[in-house]
Amino acid sequence: MADITNSKPATGGTSMNIGKILLEGRAFFALVAIIIVFSILSPVYFSVGNFLIMSSHVAIFGLLAIGMLLVILNGGIDLSVGSTLGLSGVVAGYLMQGVEIPAAGVILYPPVWAVVLLTICLGAFVGAINGVLIAFFNVPAFVATLGMLYVARGVALLMTNGLTYNNLGGDAALGNTGFDWLGFNRIGGVPIGVIVLALVALTVGLVLARTAFGRWLYASGGNERAAELSGVPTRKVKVSVYVLSGICAAIAGLVLSSQLTSAGPTAGTTYELTAIAAVVIGGAALTGGRGNVRGTMLGAFVIGFLSDGLVIIGVSAYWQTVFTGAVIVLAVLLNSLQYGRTGR
Amino acid sequence: MTVHQTIRPGATGEVVMSARHVAKHYGAVKALKGVNFDIHRGQVTTLFGENGAGKSTLMKILSGIVTPTSGQILLDGQPVTFHGANDALAQGISIIHQELALAPNLNVRDNIFMGREIRTARGVDFAEEERVTRALMEELEEEIDPLTPVEELRLGQQQIVEIARALQARSRILIMDEPTSALSASEVEVLFKVINDLTAKGVSIVYISHHLEEALEVTDHAVVLRDGAMTAWAPRAEIDLEWIVRNMVGENFDLGSPPESEMGAPALSIEELCVPDPSGHGLVVDHMSLSVKAGEIVCIYGLMGAGRTEMMECAAGRLAASGGAVKLHGQDVSGLSISQRIEAGLVLVPEDRQRDGLVQTMTVGQNLSLASIGAFTRGLFTSRKAERKVVETSIREVTVKTDGGGAMIGSLSGGNQQKVVIGKMLATRPEVILLDEPSRGIDIGAKAEVFKLLAQTAKERGLAVVYSTSEVGECLSIAHRIIVMHRGRIAATFDHTATKEQIMAASGEAVHH
Repeated sequence: MADITNSKPATGGTSMNIGKILLEGRAFFALVAIIIVFSILSPVYFSVGNFLIMSSHVAIFGLLAIGMLLVILNGGIDLSVGSTLGLSGVVAGYLMQGVEIPAAGVILYPPVWAVVLLTICLGAFVGAINGVLIAFFNVPAFVATLGMLYVARGVALLMTNGLTYNNLGGDAALGNTGFDWLGFNRIGGVPIGVIVLALVALTVGLVLARTAFGRWLYASGGNERAAELSGVPTRKVKVSVYVLSGICAAIAGLVLSSQLTSAGPTAGTTYELTAIAAVVIGGAALTGGRGNVRGTMLGAFVIGFLSDGLVIIGVSAYWQTVFTGAVIVLAVLLNSLQYGRTGR
Repeated sequence: MTVHQTIRPGATGEVVMSARHVAKHYGAVKALKGVNFDIHRGQVTTLFGENGAGKSTLMKILSGIVTPTSGQILLDGQPVTFHGANDALAQGISIIHQELALAPNLNVRDNIFMGREIRTARGVDFAEEERVTRALMEELEEEIDPLTPVEELRLGQQQIVEIARALQARSRILIMDEPTSALSASEVEVLFKVINDLTAKGVSIVYISHHLEEALEVTDHAVVLRDGAMTAWAPRAEIDLEWIVRNMVGENFDLGSPPESEMGAPALSIEELCVPDPSGHGLVVDHMSLSVKAGEIVCIYGLMGAGRTEMMECAAGRLAASGGAVKLHGQDVSGLSISQRIEAGLVLVPEDRQRDGLVQTMTVGQNLSLASIGAFTRGLFTSRKAERKVVETSIREVTVKTDGGGAMIGSLSGGNQQKVVIGKMLATRPEVILLDEPSRGIDIGAKAEVFKLLAQTAKERGLAVVYSTSEVGECLSIAHRIIVMHRGRIAATFDHTATKEQIMAASGEAVHH
């Protein structure tokens, strides 16, 4: 896909030196380093099977991170994605258990495709509320989505009364089996969750690089006033990115609850922070206008492969937290090195 | 007790500070070319010059914000080097910028003592600060309570607070950059009275203003800068308005002449347009009417705050009008969004290209094609080939000097960046183009190229062009018609045979009568 952010003017031909290559490809080199280090430390780390398992963990964060990337490119932030993920899982679980309509005296068991569709619509709806608050009522993105973080989580807890929906496998007699397909099945050995992530990443990458919407997004994130005066519908773009972020969170919620065949109301707590971290490690600027899907995917894999690697070699969970934090700060440090020099 | 105990005695008129052969280069750009400048004790020295003449650079050097490339600053006859603005402030030199540097949420007392709080063992001595503030306000004869939040003060009063702040720092040299540009006539009078009081106390004032006549009222000395060099110096008694204008404008660089285009039907008609002031009081554009024909070039001259920017932003759809209509070929466009107006053929090139014109994170090509994405979108996706064609055509048409469409926008010079902003809007094939100060901050060669481009496009495409400027020399270049705006209204209309003196008089003379 076209590289929107890293195209630099060719200054006289001798522009690329090793430091610059290392700086611009830092997420990639970090991932390679992680794989090499853990492969040396643990004999089981370097295997196709392990990579696929780790990738299916990455899928959840990766989906959230792609939505987050769109929001951050616009110069915003979406803190509600973790809660939206949890709420989506719970709603999917609720629909799978059957919807009782007392007036008609029947219990409806919607087929899995309908459950998936409705859940995605829910994610879009949550995102739309965020977007409208931010674009039309000028609520700061941080505050609007922080509020949504609480509201969505609260609704999820209310719906389940704090409990978890188990046994989402469905019943052949009711015609709603197949929910676990998303989380468990594989196509050509690759988990469905990873395939979903790849499809979403490719689509969003194409949208960013090759559509008018993508160009609008980069422009309004880089300079909203200039974009507006150039005829870019900046408010529509803003609402759209939050809707897309909500949809990504809903898809992640479906994949997660399918992997677990259960839907808990506290699923996805603090995942929004991991998603932000992946985007930042991927080289996107929190001020907007800079970043791409490739970088964000690398960022998600860096975080996922690092934390899984630490588990495999038996490092304490507490140390994992410390490492993750250090990696994030290091990434932001390098970002400011890269963008600080070129000048904003 | 007076606040000015520390001002050293000395005869009025004696030189307290001077610049000797001061030059400042920004890369290849010479902002100042060896200027000599004297400040006299207890007197007002006014610096005249057009935008880009080097006034601000000189003031920044005198106030320690900028270090000169070469030359010397003498304070009381001794050479000094300032290490930043605080160093200059410590030596008694204050600058009051055009945009006031006050914290609107804090009260007058806290603003005056901001960063210089009177500290005691038990924290800040607010009582003493308040007492000093009251004394300062009495001295300035302003009834401002020290505990009023600054945001509740009128602009003129805020300026008094800035002056008080400078006095509190025991400044003996006060540099005022366009202090009257946002003031009402009565506020200007108050300011002049304060200036007279200050000079009587031995404070030296450096004054910069575009209101020539107004400046003549207060000044004791006049210094004129042009293109970074001092062109004239004289005491007040020897000069008049005509002398200033002659020295300011000088031999004119040829910025072209009005093209002999065929004028068509009125393309843009502005009828009784009103734009409310953001503060909610009054109108920035006051029942203004203007009609521009296809192929015609109209120049709008006016001082800062005359309403030029607001008129253009309202016509382009950025600001809402409170009355009147904007018509494009007779069709009212009032209800249309910015993008719909661009589609209809009405575009704006904004005044501040960094803030409103360019997306710094994007390349030259992406900036150029930003307003015409539709032209190279095939179905869902943009066509790279078609986009490259659009970009290459634009680069050629507006003659941008760049390594190519893939270069980052920040790698271009100011003049070329401005061409990109203009090229972006021209790529939408407009019928009316509004340009707000298209020559701002670009060198004279680039200016000539921009004007040539506009003249050519007006002639070849029958484009209606409206541009604004605050440099009178630019009015008498490619414009068929010159409109002088003042306080949101049209103060005068000239054709291209007008003289600079006539135009300047029409914009400034109406100020205090």
